[in-house]
Amino acid sequence: MTKLIYNEMVKMIRKKRLWVIALILLVLIPIFTYAQYRTTENAIKQLGTSNWRAILQQQIVDQQNRLASARVPEEWKSYIKLSIQQNQYYLDHDINPAAPGAPTFVRKFAEDAVSLFFPLLVVILAADIVSSEHAGGTIKLLLTRPVARWKILLSKYITLLFSVSFMLILTIVFGYLLSGIIFGYDGWSLQVMIGFNQQGEHLNVDHVQLIPQWKYILMAYGLAWFSCITVATISFMVSVLVKNTASSMGIMLAAVISGSILSQFAPNWSALKYLAFTHLSLTEYLEGQPLMLDNVTLPFSLAVLTAWSVVSLIIAFVTFSKRDVLA
Amino acid sequence: MKTNHNIVLSVEDLGKKIGKRDIVHHISFDVKEGEIFGFLGPNGAGKTTTIRMLVGLIKPTSGTVRICGHSLSADFMNAIRHVGCIVENPELYLYLSGRENLEQFARMLPDIPSERIDEVVDLVELTPRIDDLVKTYSLGMRQRLGIAQALLGNPKLLILDEPTNGLDPAGIRELRNFIRRLAKEKGISVFISSHILHEVQLMCDRVAIINQGTIVQTAAVQDLMQQETLVEWDLKPATDGRDRLGQLPYVSRVELREPSKVIAQMPRDKIAEANAHLAGGDIQVSGIRAHHPTLEDIFLELTGGPAHDETHL
Ligand SMILES: Nc1ncnc2c1ncn2[C@@H]1O[C@H](COP(=O)(O)OP(=O)(O)OP(=O)(O)O)[C@@H](O)[C@H]1O
Ligand SMILES: [Mg+2]
Repeated sequence: MTKLIYNEMVKMIRKKRLWVIALILLVLIPIFTYAQYRTTENAIKQLGTSNWRAILQQQIVDQQNRLASARVPEEWKSYIKLSIQQNQYYLDHDINPAAPGAPTFVRKFAEDAVSLFFPLLVVILAADIVSSEHAGGTIKLLLTRPVARWKILLSKYITLLFSVSFMLILTIVFGYLLSGIIFGYDGWSLQVMIGFNQQGEHLNVDHVQLIPQWKYILMAYGLAWFSCITVATISFMVSVLVKNTASSMGIMLAAVISGSILSQFAPNWSALKYLAFTHLSLTEYLEGQPLMLDNVTLPFSLAVLTAWSVVSLIIAFVTFSKRDVLA
Repeated sequence: MKTNHNIVLSVEDLGKKIGKRDIVHHISFDVKEGEIFGFLGPNGAGKTTTIRMLVGLIKPTSGTVRICGHSLSADFMNAIRHVGCIVENPELYLYLSGRENLEQFARMLPDIPSERIDEVVDLVELTPRIDDLVKTYSLGMRQRLGIAQALLGNPKLLILDEPTNGLDPAGIRELRNFIRRLAKEKGISVFISSHILHEVQLMCDRVAIINQGTIVQTAAVQDLMQQETLVEWDLKPATDGRDRLGQLPYVSRVELREPSKVIAQMPRDKIAEANAHLAGGDIQVSGIRAHHPTLEDIFLELTGGPAHDETHL
């Protein structure tokens, strides 16, 4: 099995798929960095660069006043306390919250990329992993070896999982190194808030807590990994079913893009919450702005994505093991 | 299970339906050890379809394939282990070098040392170009790399689908000699499909002729050639001679060619008898010439007309 996976890795690398991904990241990350830089520039201009410490101190004083006031409901008080802590942290560590470091960029990038950009990269990796063997006719060589068909397919799937993971790691590394040139490399232990929970109209802040940013980044990329794996698995199935690489890529791109549009376009259409591609923005659960769909929770989203992956894998393996190779 | 160990490939009543169409049906034959077995048929006869079933790419709707005694459907691994094949074109990974391609396939076989790769590369005389990308290979080189790939696992049976397609005459001759040598020196059985009659005639020991999805005859190439002969008679008067020959039960076809020439299709060993019959009818025989038939003649006879050629779109 390791030999089979090694074979697939060689093909993945020699096909230059990973290079394409790296290149796309190398071009896009500086662009995003620059965009982020412009936004913070604006923010700093509005606030005034020199007195951000004064503003923070003022905010803390205001918050302490509200805390003392009897009119503020109890559950909000813990939230305000955390907010004070956060601001205090910025002051203590001399961090301008409007001018974040590279780790903050890496976190924001995941949040922005998870619904569309990552899935597109994943499709580039996954769409031709099986279909290219059909298109090139090399499937005939693979399937006439003394190796079970399911093992060949499994080695391809494992290779795909490796590649997707590698792509996310590459994003973190490139994102950190490139954006750090402008933003500086500090900020891993920056305190960020997590645990918002929207219930109807109310923002439930019972579970809000502060965690260091590196933890947040790990969680965000973990969730992004999960949604990328789902996209990869579905693409993998399409790649098995459709023998033409261009079609399989086209189908997947259409599906990913319409999923992302649909979830914003028709949030009340309840059938949408059973589609996989409307659940890709898992990181929004961390940010406290849950998906726009009705009544979905993180476990529900994970369950939907898992169900899609499992069904896709079953279809892929059954078809691949049984199918006649005619062309 | 067959006990005869000399039979490397045994095919029984193989059939494949796609949709409602019978692509091939009732295909049966055996290939012995060290034998070069031709599979001859026109375009669209079902050669490639049969070969795909032999190597497990498609499942037969009926019948069995046994390779070295192992059923292909029940014991795929042990059966396919003994097979090296090229189905249709030698399709390889174009973005890898020749050697990397072979390494890919070596990793899918049990225990292939890296010397074995050098050995097969040497055998197909590809050593100087083996580290170049396959993209840059000519068709002939790809064909040879394909054969190297097929030989990598020391197969007992080599299955080649129209291997001479696209090769120049020198390349074809080279391939022919190469395959004969493999069979003779290494005892490898070779199953080779072709639509070129001449080629099979030169290369194979036995041949199965397939047309419209079914085998019309299986025979040793020698026997096939000796069965019936075209005999040219110089007769006077020719028309009477033709009629008299036509009366004989073993003359399957008779035809007046030139004013005094009659062509008869008949067994070679009946020529004397026919001659006596003609003499008995007061026909003057001034010359008898027997032709070696080509497989082409045999093919025409067996399939009753020109090779059925399916138009491919
Ligand atoms: N996928 C398919 N669906 C339906 N019919 C098919 C399919 N593949 C092949 N056929 C038909 O099966 C018949 C046999 O095809 P096959 O490729 O086996 O012929 P062949 O003997 O290899 O011909 P050639 O010499 O042209 O290579 C043809 O009539 C072809 O049209
Ligand atoms: Mg063919």
